[in-house]
Amino acid sequence: MNASLHLWLIPLLPFAGFLLNGILGRGLPKWLVTAVALLAPLAAFGVVLNAAAGFFGFGPAVGSLPYIETCPIPWIDAGVLHVNFSFVLDQLSLVMLLVVTGVGFLIHVYSVGYMGDEEGYARYFSFLNLFLFFMTVLVLAGNALVMFVGWEGVGLASYLLIGFYFNKKSAADAGKKAFIVNRIGDFGFLIGMFLLLANFGTLTFSEIAAKLGMDPGWHGGVVTVIALCLMLGAAGKSAQLPLYIWLPDAMEGPTPVSALIHAATMVTAGVYMIARTHVLFDHSPFALGVVAVVGAATALFAATIALVQTDIKRVLAYSTISQLGYMFLACGVAAYSAAIFHLVTHAFFKALLFLAAGAVIHAIGGEQDLRKMGGLWKKLPLTFAVTTVGVLAIGGFFPFAGFFSKDAILYAAFLRGPGGKALWFVGLLTALLTSFYMFRLWYLAFLGKPRGETEHPHATPWSMLGPLVVLALLSIGGGWIGMERFGSFLAPAVGARAAEGGSAHLELILSIVAVAVALAGWFVADMLYRQKPARAEQLAAAYPGGYRVLANKYYVDEIYGAVVVKPLLGISRYFLEWVVDVGLVGGCAWLLAGVANLSGAILQRWQSGNLRSYAAWLAAGAAVLLLFLLVPWDAVLASFPAIHFGIAGH
Amino acid sequence: MNSFLAQEVPLSWYLLLSAALFALGVVGFLVKRNLITVFMSIELMLNAVNLSFVTFAHQWHAVKGQIFVFFVMMVAAAEAAVGLAIIIAVFRARATLAVDRIDLMKL
Repeated sequence: MNASLHLWLIPLLPFAGFLLNGILGRGLPKWLVTAVALLAPLAAFGVVLNAAAGFFGFGPAVGSLPYIETCPIPWIDAGVLHVNFSFVLDQLSLVMLLVVTGVGFLIHVYSVGYMGDEEGYARYFSFLNLFLFFMTVLVLAGNALVMFVGWEGVGLASYLLIGFYFNKKSAADAGKKAFIVNRIGDFGFLIGMFLLLANFGTLTFSEIAAKLGMDPGWHGGVVTVIALCLMLGAAGKSAQLPLYIWLPDAMEGPTPVSALIHAATMVTAGVYMIARTHVLFDHSPFALGVVAVVGAATALFAATIALVQTDIKRVLAYSTISQLGYMFLACGVAAYSAAIFHLVTHAFFKALLFLAAGAVIHAIGGEQDLRKMGGLWKKLPLTFAVTTVGVLAIGGFFPFAGFFSKDAILYAAFLRGPGGKALWFVGLLTALLTSFYMFRLWYLAFLGKPRGETEHPHATPWSMLGPLVVLALLSIGGGWIGMERFGSFLAPAVGARAAEGGSAHLELILSIVAVAVALAGWFVADMLYRQKPARAEQLAAAYPGGYRVLANKYYVDEIYGAVVVKPLLGISRYFLEWVVDVGLVGGCAWLLAGVANLSGAILQRWQSGNLRSYAAWLAAGAAVLLLFLLVPWDAVLASFPAIHFGIAGH
Repeated sequence: MNSFLAQEVPLSWYLLLSAALFALGVVGFLVKRNLITVFMSIELMLNAVNLSFVTFAHQWHAVKGQIFVFFVMMVAAAEAAVGLAIIIAVFRARATLAVDRIDLMKL
């Protein structure tokens, strides 16, 4: 029997923080708000560490994974639908929990410095704690419905935090956009759940896996449809083609929010969900292919957009989309542990990059335009150093974290048959672009001559620098866990596939190729932005068409506006408003009112107010009743042959 | 003569009388314009019904009908008191007792 780990504490501690700060926060002194906001995730992280320590052989022995904790009270018990509020701790959710609560705590600490002067300090932290609550529910979920609760909840928290500056129209709009685009994905998730319930009779992940395991050829088509529905949900949450459009706009939120929700944790929920339901995908090569192609396409597509963006946060946003594409690519070649590995390292270095960007923005007074930065390395030496680490990590340079995980993905793709070679090539191309645009950012922001009024940057408080340093250390060392060890640790949860035709030799060659490509990206960026800064603009001027398409992000927002939003608005405005609302609904109301009015007008003549007319009606009524009694009904009825016949026919 | 006196009055005669009185009451109620006459017509109808009650009570040797008559008389007395009071109030307010002119309830 396992010792109790009190998994329920992990989500409930942040939830308590949310309630405290959300309800009482305005009246509490600031230090108390800070204490509550920081203690909740720290305590949750402690619970996770305690659980992890047990499994790694330190501390009290807790038995074997997976460890399941179920609420004793059934949640839904109706017909075929039996759902309990159950949490599962296995290798997968343990890794994810460590990232969510660990990185989450660091970003909470950072926020203390970053949001220190903002209004709505308590509101900000209550939302952040709410996010952690839902995210941990999502991660711990033992069945699809509990996961869906967390899934929707993180969407809500994301909406609230994107629209944190709700006085700003663009921020409020971005929040709505994120919410609505995510609805499309959630629709897929819901349909997938209905199909799971209809075909498997259960939503519990382990039971689904068991049923699939018993019969390898399980209703192939149905599994494909379910997997594709889940993929749609994952694409919405993880900002994949064609639903990625909300993530760049989500940068309207405070920068730590972008780091926590829109880079490190929430957007990776889609990857996590695919890894969690990987048995379904394993049974459907077609769905896996879709995942891989969507991932590769997204990685390349977003990377090309990131080449020309001038807003530092948008560059990072498109880079996030691109890296999520990598993770989907890994899922698509059934290298789930590589996807989760990249998820973890990406959480480190992307949170680091976002927080560093936040430190820059904070220091120079809210400026986000790369063209107005430059030469910041002298003024912000520590931020410069950690950004360098982040850039090297995301670029995939040895020995930083990104090198190991990206390498694992490319290697897994390469071994996946001829189609996999194409995926590998797209991934390699994306790596080149990634390295280029990250160094572009690096050069533009930190090197060269100052181009803006950044003479006296604000000092960066230690609450912000501390998390940066920790994340930088993780970005350097995080990869050294190594794919081998990480993969074998995750294998019980996500399965391990023996890669055919792989060898240490091949892996080494691929690694060298990847690093060479990354160096090439650096070299090009160096040429364009350090050696001859004017050449970048010349290049843009030489290919005005291509540059404009990229700068306008392939006009995707405009195309969606024309294809989806405009027709919907038109239908709402003209058909729904005038035909349905005014015509149908309003018409019915008018009709009913008219009938009532008319009958009233007729019947009111009866109420003449003349006593004798009432008396006459009374007498007439009495006379009619009397006559009715006098009629010999039996005889009359008997004279109707049809009725009589009807009875006689019996 | 003697035999004539000894004869019972047949049931139908009572009922015919009762019906005739009732019909008179209805007609008076409908035709008359003076509120007091209308009121008297109502009393006439009540008493016509009373008569048939008594008749049947006698016919069936049952006392219930007689008891019912007392109830009716009692209610009629109360009604007369209230009704006459209303009539006096109406007359004071409108200076007329013509039913056709008392029509404020009309829309």
